[in-house]
Amino acid sequence: MIRDITLGQFFPGTSVIHKADPRVKIVLVTAYIIFLFVTGNFVSLVFMVAVVLLGVIMTGIPVKMYFRGLKPVVMILIFTSVLNIFYGKGEAIWQWQFLKITWNGISNAAFVSIRIIALILISCILTYTTSPTDLTDALERLMKPLKVFHIKVHEIAMMMTIALRFIPTLLEETEKITNAQKSRGADMESGNIVQRLKAMIPVLVPLFVSSFNRAYELAVAMECRCYRGGDGRTRMKVLKTGARDAGLIIFSVFVLVGVILCNVMFSEMIVK
Amino acid sequence: MESFISVKNVSFSYGKDTVLDNISLEIEKGKFTALLGHNGCGKSTMAKLFNALLLPDKGTISVDGIVPETEDEVYEIRKKVGLVLQNPDNQLVATIVEEDVAFGCENLGVNPREIRERVDKALKAVNMYEYRRHAPHKLSGGQKQRVAIAGIIAMQPECIVLDEPTAMLDPQGRKEVTDTIRFLNREYGITIILITHYMDEAVLADRVIVMDKGSILTQGNPSEVFSQAELLREHSLDIPQSAQLIHMLKKNGIKTDTLPLKPDECIRLLEEMLAGTDFRLC
Amino acid sequence: MNIIEAKHLTYKYGAGTPFEKTAVSDISFSIEKGEFIGIIGHTGSGKSTLMQMLNGLIRPDSGEILLDGENIWKKPKEIRKVRFRVGMVFQYPEYQLFEDTVYSDIAYGAVNKGISGQELDKTVRNAAEFAGLPDNLLEKSPFELSGGEKRRAAIAGIMAMQPEVLVLDEPTAGLDPMGREFLLSKIREYHRKNGNTVILVSHSMEDIAKISDRVIVMNKGRLEMYDTTENVFSQGERLKQTGLKIPEITYIMNMLSDRGYGVKKGILTVEEAVRELLPLLKKF
Repeated sequence: MIRDITLGQFFPGTSVIHKADPRVKIVLVTAYIIFLFVTGNFVSLVFMVAVVLLGVIMTGIPVKMYFRGLKPVVMILIFTSVLNIFYGKGEAIWQWQFLKITWNGISNAAFVSIRIIALILISCILTYTTSPTDLTDALERLMKPLKVFHIKVHEIAMMMTIALRFIPTLLEETEKITNAQKSRGADMESGNIVQRLKAMIPVLVPLFVSSFNRAYELAVAMECRCYRGGDGRTRMKVLKTGARDAGLIIFSVFVLVGVILCNVMFSEMIVK
Repeated sequence: MESFISVKNVSFSYGKDTVLDNISLEIEKGKFTALLGHNGCGKSTMAKLFNALLLPDKGTISVDGIVPETEDEVYEIRKKVGLVLQNPDNQLVATIVEEDVAFGCENLGVNPREIRERVDKALKAVNMYEYRRHAPHKLSGGQKQRVAIAGIIAMQPECIVLDEPTAMLDPQGRKEVTDTIRFLNREYGITIILITHYMDEAVLADRVIVMDKGSILTQGNPSEVFSQAELLREHSLDIPQSAQLIHMLKKNGIKTDTLPLKPDECIRLLEEMLAGTDFRLC
Repeated sequence: MNIIEAKHLTYKYGAGTPFEKTAVSDISFSIEKGEFIGIIGHTGSGKSTLMQMLNGLIRPDSGEILLDGENIWKKPKEIRKVRFRVGMVFQYPEYQLFEDTVYSDIAYGAVNKGISGQELDKTVRNAAEFAGLPDNLLEKSPFELSGGEKRRAAIAGIMAMQPEVLVLDEPTAGLDPMGREFLLSKIREYHRKNGNTVILVSHSMEDIAKISDRVIVMNKGRLEMYDTTENVFSQGERLKQTGLKIPEITYIMNMLSDRGYGVKKGILTVEEAVRELLPLLKKF
């Protein structure tokens, strides 16, 4: 059933990565993504891939799950690879009318694809090992400095939390309303795309109406519990960084140095 | 007896619809009061007036001596009077039970260590401690409602108003919630105002106030209220079947002075009456 | 004649995953045309799965359901036709309202069934009357109605499809005593005037006791009892073991009977109890 889908695909566990402070994880993943775009040649890319694979193994989550995470980007991968293959510079190794394939194109395609895969894998590591609540919580705390620019950090985080809380409820409700309309003879399985979209109206209208009601009631409930926005609010959970996090940070610094060194030492191999 | 909430000559209307018409009532401290009536009789509006979510058009409401006039006074009242709503799905904010219970305390600015203690205590009081790490949407209706109650008691209010908390629950969930309410009233001395249309829940209260069309129809302790069977029937309100049975027997010429409200009391009374007849037959 | 016959119905949720859970197993029963059947059972006993199998929303893993002697899954592509014949009113059905007017919302199912013209107008107005909705509400938006009226408009929408079997899941949930009483009397009237089969699923033993001919008791995915209402409710102890409470009045009378007083078991209403008790009390 719909409601069994876990959102954000969090897999509880006890690995070092699971236990690390979510703020540290977010910072490191962001840093990794930046490194990934700094890497200019295959040696440093291999180095980066090794790092992400090490991360994958350390989480202790079945590799199968990571493949599942890659599935949605397969089309993008094929598309960018095809573009890159045909847009390479240099001598053609195969040509048909205006289409030509060059070694440069092939290496570009491989490089870009590996980069995307690494990008997806590192994001998977983050979402697989961190609960959605911890993620929003960490984001709120990390974005705190943005308050200077009058960005409503607390409100954004609150919205994310409420969204996460209500997605399963709304999915369940969608299923219920769909069943109710099917029982009134609504035909949602056949017809062309226009007919099918039209068939969604009996589901969407009630869903909107009930969402508005829910929003109103939730607002009342929050007001009853003395909610007045982020000012003067405390949190039950205090995030603490420990030795584990220090270790991860030091490790990441090594990775950064490694990438820079690779870039410099093998500069003649930089893919352009 | 000390009055905790005092409502004096209060009227309230939404636009042209008069919902409450010159109502006066007292809620005693530490007591369990049931507010009974049809949908649309004004009892939900009353609930929102109790914790200053709404302010009366006319008349005054004072909670523990505070009259909500400034924003600070409103806030003080909300700290003292918690409100639990009907739909258990629409009042839980967080994705994890214990974080939801902490929500109110966090708003009050309680320090983290104390929040932790209060949350654990509140969850134990409603018997949901073992579910503290669960996601709310996986719980049953009765469990969700108990989490909502825990979220209120963690704020350490003096009074909890429950607006038809059992209307959407199955019998099992209803029992869980009413048991919890009685426990909190008995063990913690929290003043309880239960708004309901289930007669068997009203029977559990110390005091019953029956509302109809924006005013008070009758009030008193449960047996006083339910002895007025005719009045309640006229306003299409039920009375517990036990009371109904004895009432109808009385109408048919059977004499008794007591009015049982719970089935076991009723059985005892009937047994006495039947035993009496046996005795006479001998 | 049997309108519905269920044979060895079994259904598992999430078959093949670690979450696999048997919702109903090996259920067989039959319902006669024109009967009023009550279904009771605590939450999770499998009664809502069973209900959804009756109109083909859930396809049983094994077993079959005969509607008027014919297997409803004989032609899976035509399962929609079954849904017009077995009308299903879900819990809190007011959430399914979506049209501009109450009239067109009630008509939605009937139009899907292919009813049109004068016949459509007739069936919509008939259904509205059965559900106790006055004519002047029909041109209003469903969202302007009161809670109880919305509920009845939604029920009218199913009645307008002219189903041979009407299934109602907790139709009185969340209504106040007056609304509950009114809706139940309307359902009873619909049953009496149409002679259609009605199946009522409810947590309210009082409602079931007042209205049904026979009662199905579900427990842990199995059919625990299926008997006349009196017979089911005279077995208070057995019902208690399945997590159900019998009506207060039934409990009182059953207890008196158990303690050796000469009263009948399975009394369902206060009036009946008074009739039973008066002769005993007036003996002297």
